Amino acid sequence: MIGLVRVDDRLIHGQVVVGWGQPLHVGFIVLVDDAVRASAWEQDLYRMGVPPHIEVSFASVAEAVAQFSCWEQDPRVGIVLTADVATLVALAENGQRVKRVNLGGIHHRPGRTERLRFVYLSDVEAEQLRLLAARGIDVTAQDVPTARPVPLAEFT
Amino acid sequence: MSEPLRGVIVSHAGVAQALIAAVASISGVTDALLPVSNDGCDRQALFRMLAEAVGENPAVLFIDLPGGSCLTGAISYARGRTDLAVVTGVNLAMLLDFVFHRDLAPAAAAERAAAAGSRAIRTPAA
Repeated sequence: MIGLVRVDDRLIHGQVVVGWGQPLHVGFIVLVDDAVRASAWEQDLYRMGVPPHIEVSFASVAEAVAQFSCWEQDPRVGIVLTADVATLVALAENGQRVKRVNLGGIHHRPGRTERLRFVYLSDVEAEQLRLLAARGIDVTAQDVPTARPVPLAEFT
Repeated sequence: MSEPLRGVIVSHAGVAQALIAAVASISGVTDALLPVSNDGCDRQALFRMLAEAVGENPAVLFIDLPGGSCLTGAISYARGRTDLAVVTGVNLAMLLDFVFHRDLAPAAAAERAAAAGSRAIRTPAA
């Protein structure tokens, strides 16, 4: 099953592996990112931070759309990660299976404004997320499990 | 080597700053280490901060965890540069050894620091 679909521009890091991985008893992590999928070197880099009992795999958006149902049916708990809203939208629009989204870390870039301490969004990204929410996808921001999940409407 | 090696500590939150303060208070050495925190940084922002801290100088990058954004950022930054070396699991003991052995080449200094840090991890009887 997929325990968490998360947008986090640091991708695989401590909050994901430890903060969420421990309480969810995660068995696999899928990093959905076209650039990382194309780079064996970057894949090795991200594997370094993951303990051996957690399987790490890398998927392009197209591969993720095709394999999403397999991850849902996996008896282990998994985390699906994307680096940005655009990738999440591509996954959600094509896959139609994403029901809940966790915004875990979207940092400052030109064109983005601060919405929460750990969430910066451009107006386009905010609108894309509102459209996902309008389709019934539960979008909240929550960096670690012990924090309050902040509903999208509170920060966009 | 024209000038001593520098160490750049790359950490979560304020770990790097705190370690540098501790090294200074114990050793009196204040010019050997620089802090970089990943607070509020995505991958590109961390890369820029590393570039500002390291510049063109040879250095050892000390990372707090053996995985995660600090490590991935540091390795990405150091890739292809033979004048940089990376050590994970930074602790006070390795830094105290490092600041007194900065005449070594980066790779040798990293090896030495890692050994010193490892030796400091014990389970003495209380």
